[in-house]
Amino acid sequence: MARAVSTRRMAVATAAAWIIALIIFFPILYTIITSLKTETEAIKGFNLIPSFTLESYVTVQTQSGYLKPFMNSVVIAVGSTILALFVAIPAAWSMAFSPTRRTKDILMWMLSTKMMPAVAVLVPIYLIFRDFGLLDTRIGLTVMLTLINLPIVVWMLYTYFREIPGEILEAARMDGASLFDEIVHVLTPMAVPGIASTLLLNIILAWNESFWTIRLTTTNAAPLTAFIASFSSPQGLFWAKLSAASTLAIAPILIMGWFSQKQLVRGLTFGAVK
Amino acid sequence: MNLRTLLLGVSSAALLCGFANAETLTIATVNNGDMIRMQGLTDDFAAKNPDIQLEWVTLEENVLRERVTTDIATKGGQYDIVTIGNYEVPIWAKQGWLVALDGLGDDYDVDDLLPAIRGGLSVDGKLYAAPFYGESAMIMYRKDLFEKAGLTMPDSPTWEFIGEAARKITDRSSDISGMCLRGKAGWGENMAFLTALNNSFGGRWFDEKWQPQFDQPEWKTSLQFYVDLMKDAGPQGASSNGFNENLTLFQQGKCGMWIDATVAASFVSNPKDSTVADKVGYAIFPDTGNGNHGHWLWSWNLAVPASSTKAEAAQKFIAWATSKGYTELVASKEGWANVPPGTRTSLYKNADYEKAAPFAAPTLAAMDAADITKPSVKPVPYTGGQFVAIPEFQGLGTTVGQLFSAVLAGQSSVDDALAQAQTAAVREMTRAGYIK
Repeated sequence: MARAVSTRRMAVATAAAWIIALIIFFPILYTIITSLKTETEAIKGFNLIPSFTLESYVTVQTQSGYLKPFMNSVVIAVGSTILALFVAIPAAWSMAFSPTRRTKDILMWMLSTKMMPAVAVLVPIYLIFRDFGLLDTRIGLTVMLTLINLPIVVWMLYTYFREIPGEILEAARMDGASLFDEIVHVLTPMAVPGIASTLLLNIILAWNESFWTIRLTTTNAAPLTAFIASFSSPQGLFWAKLSAASTLAIAPILIMGWFSQKQLVRGLTFGAVK
Repeated sequence: MNLRTLLLGVSSAALLCGFANAETLTIATVNNGDMIRMQGLTDDFAAKNPDIQLEWVTLEENVLRERVTTDIATKGGQYDIVTIGNYEVPIWAKQGWLVALDGLGDDYDVDDLLPAIRGGLSVDGKLYAAPFYGESAMIMYRKDLFEKAGLTMPDSPTWEFIGEAARKITDRSSDISGMCLRGKAGWGENMAFLTALNNSFGGRWFDEKWQPQFDQPEWKTSLQFYVDLMKDAGPQGASSNGFNENLTLFQQGKCGMWIDATVAASFVSNPKDSTVADKVGYAIFPDTGNGNHGHWLWSWNLAVPASSTKAEAAQKFIAWATSKGYTELVASKEGWANVPPGTRTSLYKNADYEKAAPFAAPTLAAMDAADITKPSVKPVPYTGGQFVAIPEFQGLGTTVGQLFSAVLAGQSSVDDALAQAQTAAVREMTRAGYIK
């Protein structure tokens, strides 16, 4: 009897998980479906059966090439993530293993910068970029995305590092490890799941960032967010083309997320149950 | 070193210098059919100007406006040519943000530009932007439904007739709404239509002392008329419908009438997209017998920001893209029906165009009837037909648009919305220093 209840519970839980997953994934699924419709079909209303035309993909590729913004997205997302990790790992180490009275305040202050609306600092940032010749450059955007994602990266790494017993690092120190060895050869390998999930999450955040990437670029460094934005139209039909552009833009990150989901989940639940 | 080697070296160096001197123009534009078509035809410009290369930045209208404003205001110099509406041109020109277009060349024929359009792009007699395409507003109606209902569209219809006709041809069982109008909130969406409607009802946004006029009877009459009409003869969910949504409804045969931008005529009469292409008639924007047909006038224009360091090359491109020659180029490649409309008088005297575009004459009539310097029968301190050409209008227009859209959605009453609009407008105009 107990087994039957357990099976039923399992079935209900599985069904609930599937329903929730479907609800979460549905906007992406509908974007993909819409991209396979004609413009007239797309605007007609809710319909899950497309005519499976690829004309929107052809138009999108002909109108504005995919490769250049794709490469820009890769460089900016990966570059900003690596740069953020270089800065965040030592910062998180110091906060996790040598905390001071003000460490919590500093962490909160770092996070509070994320609460400020980006548009509030648009003009000063724009002027700085203009004066340093960083407008429409990959390096400028890489630095910008590093800075805006840094608080989250530091916070995540800090949380993971706190789960690692300090005694292990002390033992390494007693064995004569330098600070560099301690971070690179002892701490980092132990925190790989946490670092990996931070890396993946930061790539996703950087890939999807649209406020700064659209406003600080024109043609040379414009990534896929700018590519998508170019298909919205005040006069004319554009839903299918916009969906095709969006599908092309999210495809790489979707595939990456699919293949790394184990690491991502492992990292995000690292130390959740002790 | 022989002579041949020397000549080769000199030629290579000259070629390299040529490449080094090639100027790249960055053009910011919106994504619409005419602009995208122009991008596809720039080989012609490149052949005539091998020393000028073009880079395009296409953005959604509001993002483009914000990007370009930020860049010009901070002198970022990211763009050499910007696509802006006739709302921005006089405001930006007065701010010193745009270069006066005095280098368009002798054969540009500036006098051929439609007077109403040219007037809206000039400040102190100087042209600050060249029109790429222009539009007014008119009625697009289903001739077959009118015939079935025993109706005949007059040459100059009144709102009273339009209201009755819309109710008569509404057939809910066949999913046909007698009237499709903009309801989606926004200064360029529902407020464009409602401002023109109010103009034709004898109203205005502000009196000569910049006092908002939402507490005056004209606004109440026009807004009540609009809400009642949409309730009786409009499609479901009209408060979410903008230009694109109504275009689709009309193309699918679900609207008896649609009053909107004249540029829509080429879409609804295109048999590739429209199921009613051969059944569409056109008529001038209605009035209330006062001769005011709304004064809707809009154009997308190319301008050179003052921060550009390549103004000369930029003007060369603008002269090409807005010339009579470009019109002929489009006609030769894509047919006369696809040329950008509403900018040049000569186009409307062209027999080929009139033959290919049955909407040419009503479009010209609508544009000729628009005078943005006198949008209302009452005196006004501003210019602009379906908008008020002051910087504050974007924000204020959208706020008022949200209030009026809520009325259409049944979330508030006409009286409440007008009272709130009056309060918001008085506050904004006082804050901005118009009301002393």
